[in-house]
Amino acid sequence: MVDPQTPPGPMPESRAVPKKQTRLSLVWTIPIIAALVGVWVAVARIRSEGPKITIVFQSAEGLEAGKTKINYRGVDIGTLSAIRLTEDHQRVVATAQMAPRTEDFLVEDTRMWVVRPRISGANVTGLGTLISGAYIGVEIGNSKKPRREFVALDTPPIITGNVPGRFFILKTPDLGSLDTGTPLFFRRLQVGRISSYALDKDGQSFTLDVFVRAPYDRFVTPNTRFWQASGVDLQLSANGLSVQTQSLLSILIGGIAFETPPDGQSLPAAEANTVFTLYDNRAKAFEPAARSPQTFELIFNESVRGLAPGAPVEFRGVPIGEVSAVRAQVDLKTLKFSVPVTIHLDAQRLGVRFVDLGTGADFGAMRRRLFDSMVAHGVRAQLRTGSLLTGAVFVAFDYFPNAPPTTLDWSQRPVRLPTTPGQLEATEAKLTNIIDKLDKLPLEQIGNRLNTTIADLDTTVRTANTTLSTATRTLASARGTIENANNFVEPNSVQSQRLESTLSEVSRAARSMRVLADFLERHPEALLRGKTGEAK
Amino acid sequence: MVSPSAPIAMLRGLQTCDTCGLLSRPAPGASEGRCPRCDEVLEFRKPDSIQRTWAFLIAAAVCYIPANLLPVLTTATAAGAESDTIMQGVVLLWSPTGWPLSLIVLVASIMIPSAKILALAYLLISVRRGSVENNRQRIRMYRIIEFIGRWSMVDVFVDTFTAALIQLQPLMSVEPGPGLFFFAAVVVLTMLAVESFDPRLIWDATNLSEVAHG
Repeated sequence: MVDPQTPPGPMPESRAVPKKQTRLSLVWTIPIIAALVGVWVAVARIRSEGPKITIVFQSAEGLEAGKTKINYRGVDIGTLSAIRLTEDHQRVVATAQMAPRTEDFLVEDTRMWVVRPRISGANVTGLGTLISGAYIGVEIGNSKKPRREFVALDTPPIITGNVPGRFFILKTPDLGSLDTGTPLFFRRLQVGRISSYALDKDGQSFTLDVFVRAPYDRFVTPNTRFWQASGVDLQLSANGLSVQTQSLLSILIGGIAFETPPDGQSLPAAEANTVFTLYDNRAKAFEPAARSPQTFELIFNESVRGLAPGAPVEFRGVPIGEVSAVRAQVDLKTLKFSVPVTIHLDAQRLGVRFVDLGTGADFGAMRRRLFDSMVAHGVRAQLRTGSLLTGAVFVAFDYFPNAPPTTLDWSQRPVRLPTTPGQLEATEAKLTNIIDKLDKLPLEQIGNRLNTTIADLDTTVRTANTTLSTATRTLASARGTIENANNFVEPNSVQSQRLESTLSEVSRAARSMRVLADFLERHPEALLRGKTGEAK
Repeated sequence: MVSPSAPIAMLRGLQTCDTCGLLSRPAPGASEGRCPRCDEVLEFRKPDSIQRTWAFLIAAAVCYIPANLLPVLTTATAAGAESDTIMQGVVLLWSPTGWPLSLIVLVASIMIPSAKILALAYLLISVRRGSVENNRQRIRMYRIIEFIGRWSMVDVFVDTFTAALIQLQPLMSVEPGPGLFFFAAVVVLTMLAVESFDPRLIWDATNLSEVAHG
């Protein structure tokens, strides 16, 4: 730096520039930076604010402005910002501030509902909300149409999210113990749930929406049968006691089971929303569809107690139909009272095969011939007790060769088939017969005769008494004779002494004879020469 | 009260050292002088005091807006996360028993920063306009805001301590929100503004006017 005090010579003096009073200090960058940061934060804040939506609830129970979250799969996508009542005070309108980039969540078919702890038979859900408080669950729709005003569902949907699977529709006249959320079983594996049910407009049946999860939905073919597997299916019928259950869960809360009959398994999977019938039980579900059952009428001249509609009709133990109605009727002409029993026969459905049925044959005519022939051979209907426990009876057809001959009148509607008294009835008749015969027995005469016989017996016995005394005397004399004989054989009697001495004499004689015999044997010549040589 | 016409170092061509208080005569012709005792840079008045103060003040005012609008504390509990701004905290604390605490937060965190900004703005404007009124009031105001400034940091400390201490994952955790940074910036910027303001300017106008009239 050049010292200004000692200028080297006559140099022009620099023009003094007054110090700029308003020179911009570097410090101004600070408020600029602050402003920039502020603007950036503000912009970020505004950008981070998603759309605002309104949700209409029936009740704001458990909801809190500023706290209640809108939650999709565990992720908060919004918060309720305000809750107020509608103009008519009937509902609650909540305003919610959604997270950014949730516009595509908010479409026409998006559904929202309040998640609260819910404990029903089928499941326990929303336990976390016991601590965290209720939140709003969301199921995102597939629509592209944006929506900002929603009406919350009263109950959370059973099937949420985009769980792969298909919905089917079941029709049932009776809801039983079914409810939304009731499980669906396939071979006892839980594969779905009832998502909703509604009574049809005519009030005659229920329409159930059921959801079957993938991959099990492909087991539902157009031929699949659905039946109520509710609890324990206890059936006391003429067939005895039968118990059917699905699983412990279904015992507690009921359920629906489905299965595809073997002949339908090769079919392609059913379309979504196919309508199926919900049967009462598995047996009914698997009964082949009725093919114009033949209606017949049976008239029993006996009590039909225990015979209920649905009771089986069997031919020699093979089910061929069922009882459809049991009524009483009075013929006003004859004033006769009878109990006609209407039965449906559908042998084909129940597994009776018609062998050698030519194609194109007149089936009706053949059937008539069959029935005519059977009746001619003595086939009759009979009431039989199926279960002694329940007293339920069923209709049995069997051959009764002794039945009075009859023919069928095919002009009647329905055709009346001949009957024969039931086993019980027949037994009763036999018993009555016996009792009648017993009744006819001449018991009085028999008694009188018995009396005289007894008197005769009395005299006989007296005669016998005198005979007996004579016999006693005879016996006494017999004893005397025997005693005499005894004396004869006594050891010390004279007779025995003599006998003994005689016997010893005989013995001696015998010995002499033996000596003689021995001598002769050795000396046979002695017979001619006499005793020689051998001197004594 | 000191007479308005008390001797002023600047008018006598003397400089005061801000650090050690030594009065010294600047070396002739030197553009920049150093204190012969403590080697501090010597100026007649703080350079660009008004401009710098304005800059800091405007920056503080800008930061004051997000400091109050953004949440300062995010409390995450099992019941869900919850963010509160300062004002929400005041409302939250306000209860029949907790109102003194609420009042403290309201005064320390909302009223004092805004009062500081407004007071400094008033001082700057009055100096700029060469006001000669209420000198003593103004210098007292300056001293108050200088003293009180650091106490606003209490809020920031409390928040950061809470955030550091309450980390009971996963039951509960507290995290500072973005508002806290702006709030700290407000406190720091206002303190810098107060620091860069030269209170001697308050009575310079009085002396200058006296010089002019006398």
